[in-house]
Amino acid sequence: MSELRELYQSVILDHNKRPRNFGTPGDANRHADGYNPLCGDKLSVHVTLADGVVKDVGFEGQGCAISKASASLMTEAVKGRPAAEAETLFRAFHGLVTSDPRGEPDTRGLGKLAVFGGVREFPIRVKCATLCWHTLRAALASGGVVSTE
Amino acid sequence: MSYDVAAVRKDFPILARRVHGKPLAFLDSAASAQKPRAVIDAMSDLYSAHYANVHRGLYQLSLEATDMLEAVRDKVAAFLGAGDRREIIFVRNATEAINLVAYSYGRRHVQPGDEVLVTHMEHHANFVPWQVLCEERGAVLRVAPIDERGVLQMDEFEKLLSPRTKLAAVAHVSNVLGTVNPVREIARLCRERGVPLLVDGAQAVPHQRVDVGALGCDFYTFSGHKLFGPSGVGVLWGRAALLEAMPPFLTGGSMIESVTLRGTTFAGIPQRFEAGTPDIGSIVGLGAAIDYVEQLGLDAIAAHDHELLAYAEARLASVPGLRILGTAPHKAAVISLVMDDVHPHDLGTVLDREGVAVRTGHHCAQPLMERFDVPATARASLALYNDQSDVDALVRALHVAREVFA
Repeated sequence: MSELRELYQSVILDHNKRPRNFGTPGDANRHADGYNPLCGDKLSVHVTLADGVVKDVGFEGQGCAISKASASLMTEAVKGRPAAEAETLFRAFHGLVTSDPRGEPDTRGLGKLAVFGGVREFPIRVKCATLCWHTLRAALASGGVVSTE
Repeated sequence: MSYDVAAVRKDFPILARRVHGKPLAFLDSAASAQKPRAVIDAMSDLYSAHYANVHRGLYQLSLEATDMLEAVRDKVAAFLGAGDRREIIFVRNATEAINLVAYSYGRRHVQPGDEVLVTHMEHHANFVPWQVLCEERGAVLRVAPIDERGVLQMDEFEKLLSPRTKLAAVAHVSNVLGTVNPVREIARLCRERGVPLLVDGAQAVPHQRVDVGALGCDFYTFSGHKLFGPSGVGVLWGRAALLEAMPPFLTGGSMIESVTLRGTTFAGIPQRFEAGTPDIGSIVGLGAAIDYVEQLGLDAIAAHDHELLAYAEARLASVPGLRILGTAPHKAAVISLVMDDVHPHDLGTVLDREGVAVRTGHHCAQPLMERFDVPATARASLALYNDQSDVDALVRALHVAREVFA
């Protein structure tokens, strides 16, 4: 039960219920769609990229609490930051959620994203947490459909 | 009621397992069923004492293995009420069985402009092969609609049967909605119009007696692993007259009559459709599984499943914010759940931590998910070894989920 509480802690539940940056920014110029065929999570990420900076970012779609909360927290984390930093953040995030749950979680540089440390105990949910990040990267690169398969 | 579910549970060693420190409540038999000791032992016995390749050897072991395999063919024929043992084809699973018919029957008989009729509730196994066949042959796939309860619209089905319909394929029981389709009636409509009917029985055989003669269909398919048998074996039953006229599906050894550099002639049925060395172990296991359910009695199993389904429906009604997808008047023990504000995937994770195993996702029925405008459901399915404690565990776990996501 404690691992469950750690996975579904208040920050994640809050972002699931009230996702931030839900929608498409008016001046979005990049977008990508992401899809997890295993569970049906679907989202699209829209970015306003200018001078290599993520001026604005939003997401839309339907999915589980983990995927929605992850997308919400992701948009908060990358908004206003250079696109290159989004890549660094992704690697740190991916490293966190796929690390061995027996070890101490490495949450350096992740800020609020550290709440996803609990996903380590639920390997089957890792793809839920990373779907939005894969989609964001695709949006920043060119735009297109991303699948977790 | 002579059905002793406690005794039945003792026959299934895996049910003694604990998961995350809780007793296992296995509610995913619709995906794949657990195996009784008798099935495990039968396979063990084959490999320990009788194993050899079948049909080819003159030596004692090969004779024993061949007899054991062919005995299962007779057993399956009796199980399905088939008149002719040659009508039983061993394949890998129901998916392969359907692909066999799509390939061997479909490709020969479906011409450009022809039609194939399926329903909106089909599992991908009984949808995609027909869709692909139609695309390849320039034919049209017609899809009979279902209503909000998950009941097949029979008047629409009948309307969709046209002079161009070359085959119809329907599920006996829906793996998502639990709907039991009126196969006899469907078969009659098809027969009157000279349309061969394939019935996907994967979700039916674990819950009720099936008699293909009485049903009146032309092909019937099921998977061994859903019938408390091993994975790796499935059955296609087909009318002898149809099978005899069909070209082979997979070619190679065992299914030939003579092979020369200039050409090959093929064997008669059923060998024509059984290329290569079969999964002998799984076939023997399937035989033991059929023995097991016949010993319990399909009618007793059906009664047990219905009683437990009624108990489950009553208890589930007490969970706030819970909706059941699939409320056909005639249903098997398959329950798809949708909970307000809790995605099925999150539900499945919470349930798992409570020791409750359900399947979450689209259940290989994406067109059906789209029809009901849900991304996925959590599905609980009841089988001959489930009891009230399993249902109680499910309900408890659903309340926990409500708490977590409140």
